Amino acid sequence: MTFFAKTLGTVAALALSAGAALADPALIYDLGGKFDKSFNEAAFNGAQRWAEETGGSYRDIELQSEAQREQALRRFAEAGFNPVVTTGFSMSSPIAAVAADYPDTKFVTIDGFVDPGEHPNVLSILFSEHEGSYLVGMMAAQASTSGTIGFVGGMDIPLIRKFACGYAQGAKAVNPDATVIANMTGTTPAAWNDPVKGSELAKAQISQGADVIFAAAGGTGLGVLQTAADEGILSVGVDSNQNYLHPGKVLTSMLKRVDVAVFESMTQGADLETGVKVLGLAQEGVGYALDDNNAALVSDDMKAAVDAAREQIIAGDLAVHDYTSDDSCPALNF
Amino acid sequence: MDLDTIIQVLDSTIRLSTPLLLACLAGLFSERAGIFDIGLEGKMLMSAFFSAAVAFTTGSVWLGLLAGVAASLVMSAIHGLASITFRGNQLISGVALNFLASGMTVLIAQDWFSQGGRTPSLIGAGRFSEITLPLAETFRPIPVFGPIYADLISGHSILVYVAFACVPLTWWVLFRTRFGLRLRAVGEAPEAVDTAGISVTGLRFAAVMICGVLCGIAGAYLATGLQAGFVREMTAGRGYIALAALIFAKWRPWYAMGACLLFGFLQAIALRYQNIDLGAFTVPVQFMDALPYILTVVILAGFVGKAIPPRAGGEPYVKER
Repeated sequence: MTFFAKTLGTVAALALSAGAALADPALIYDLGGKFDKSFNEAAFNGAQRWAEETGGSYRDIELQSEAQREQALRRFAEAGFNPVVTTGFSMSSPIAAVAADYPDTKFVTIDGFVDPGEHPNVLSILFSEHEGSYLVGMMAAQASTSGTIGFVGGMDIPLIRKFACGYAQGAKAVNPDATVIANMTGTTPAAWNDPVKGSELAKAQISQGADVIFAAAGGTGLGVLQTAADEGILSVGVDSNQNYLHPGKVLTSMLKRVDVAVFESMTQGADLETGVKVLGLAQEGVGYALDDNNAALVSDDMKAAVDAAREQIIAGDLAVHDYTSDDSCPALNF
Repeated sequence: MDLDTIIQVLDSTIRLSTPLLLACLAGLFSERAGIFDIGLEGKMLMSAFFSAAVAFTTGSVWLGLLAGVAASLVMSAIHGLASITFRGNQLISGVALNFLASGMTVLIAQDWFSQGGRTPSLIGAGRFSEITLPLAETFRPIPVFGPIYADLISGHSILVYVAFACVPLTWWVLFRTRFGLRLRAVGEAPEAVDTAGISVTGLRFAAVMICGVLCGIAGAYLATGLQAGFVREMTAGRGYIALAALIFAKWRPWYAMGACLLFGFLQAIALRYQNIDLGAFTVPVQFMDALPYILTVVILAGFVGKAIPPRAGGEPYVKER
C-alpha cells in the first residue's frame, strides 16, 4: 500500500508541476488518434511546424472516449490555454456546451460547426472535401481500366458521404458509365480503427471489378491501402499525403490541409478571428498529392484534366454537389 | 447471385471467422474449467502487437507467432494469478486486462517504433502468406467442386487451417481424454475433483494457459496473417463477439465453430452488401452488424434452447477447512 500511495503521490506531483504557462495553444485530437497517418496526424504536423517555427510550446491530448470531450475542453480552458484547437466533427457539440463558460478562451473546431451568433468565441473551420474528392475521383476514373472504382468510408456520417459523393461526381464526369461501389465500415467510432474490415471491404470491391479504391477511413484505410497493394490494384489515400505508404501503388492522396488550419490558428494565437471559415480549392485547403512516389502513375493527360477542373471549380464555372447541403447525392446511391 | 459471388462471400466468411473461432475455443477451455474470461480481447490485442513487433524486428513470422503466444500467456498468467491463486473476481480481472492491453500496446509501440502506436508494415517473410493446397489448379476446371476447392478451401494462411483443426482437437481433448473430463469437472463441481485428490488450481491454470495459447494464435493471425502490422485497437471488439459466440454455442466445440462461421458470415454479408433490398423492405447494414448480439440475447433469454454455463463458472474455489 505504501508503494501505491507513493505512486499516487508522484502522479499528483507531476500533474501539479505540469501547470501551463499562460496563453499557450492546446490541441485535442479526435478518437482516431494522433498518429493515424491521416486526419489527426495532419493536425499534429501543423502544430509541430508552429512549434518549430515560433519556438513556442503547446499541449495536446488524445481522446480515448466520448466522455472525455467536454472534460478535456474544460481542463485546457481552465488551465489558461488559448486557443484550444480541436479536430473532428464530434467536438462541435461539446464546444457549444462549454464555450459560454469561458468567454476569454478561443475555441477552434476543425470539421465541426458551431453557430457563431450564439458563441462568438468559436472558430469553425470547414473544408470543401467534395471538391478535393471530385479531383481524385476524376483521376481514379482515368486510371481505371475496368470502369469500376471503389470507395471505402470509415464511420457512416454525412462528412464521409460528402467525400464519397464528390468522388463519384468526379468519376462520372470523366466516364459517365463508371460504376462507383461505395461501402462504409461501420456506424460506431470503432469503424475508424478496423483495418481487418477495411481489407475485407477492399477484397469484396476488387472481386466486383474495382481497380482503384479511395479510402476515407482513418486507420481502417491502412488495411484498404495494404490490400490494394497486395492485390496489385491502385488506391487513393486521404487527408495526409499517404503516397509513401506503398510507393507506386497509391495513385494519389486527397489532401485536406488540416495542418495549415492548425498552424494558422496557433499562429494567430489568442487574437484569433472567430466565425466560420471554409477552406476549399481556392484557399488550397483541399487538393491532391503529387510526389516522387506516384509521379509514374499520374499521366500528363490526367494532370491536365484535373488541373483544368480545379481552375473551373475555383472560377465557379463547375459546381460540385455537396452532400451535406441536402443529404442526397446525384451521382451515388447510399 | 452466382457461384463466384457465393464463393467470395464464403471466402471472406472464413477469414473473418478464424480469429473469432480461435478466441471462442480459447474461451471455451477457460470457461469449461470455471474461469470466466472477458479478457479474450486484451490477450488478442497483446498478441497482435507482439507478433507484429517481433516479426518486423526479426523478419520471421514464426518468431512473431511465438512472441505473440508468449505475450498472451503472460496475460493469462496474470488472469490466473488474480482469479485462481488470489480468488479475485474473474470479470474484474478480465476487464482490467483489456484496459492494460489497450494502453500497453500503444505505449510500447510508440516507444519502440515511434510511429504513433503502430508497428511498421511487415514485408516478405514477416507475414503469413497464403498457401495453396496440392492439386488446387488441377481441380479448378471441375464445375462447382473445382472453384470451391481452389478458391474457398485452398489459399488461406496456415493459421486458418490450424484454427479449424483445433475444433476436433478441442472436442477430443475435452470429451475423450482424462484431462478433459477433469477439466470439465473442475468447472462443474470443483469440490468433487478436489476430493478425488486432483489439484483444482493446477487444472484451472492449465485451462487458462491453453486459453492463452489460442488467443495468441488469434492475435498473431490478425496482425501477421490478415494484416501487415499492428494498428491500435485492431481487434475491434472481436474478443467480445467470440464470447457471444461461446454462449450461442452453449460451450460446445462443434457448435462454437458453427456460431463463429455464422457470425463471420453475417459480417461478410454486411460488408459485401451494405443495405439488403428484399423488395418489400430494406435490411439496413446496422441491423446486420447487431445481429450476432441479438441472436445471443435470444439464446440467453431461453427462446431457443437454454444456455447453461458451467456451474462453478465465476466462482473462485475455496477448499473447505
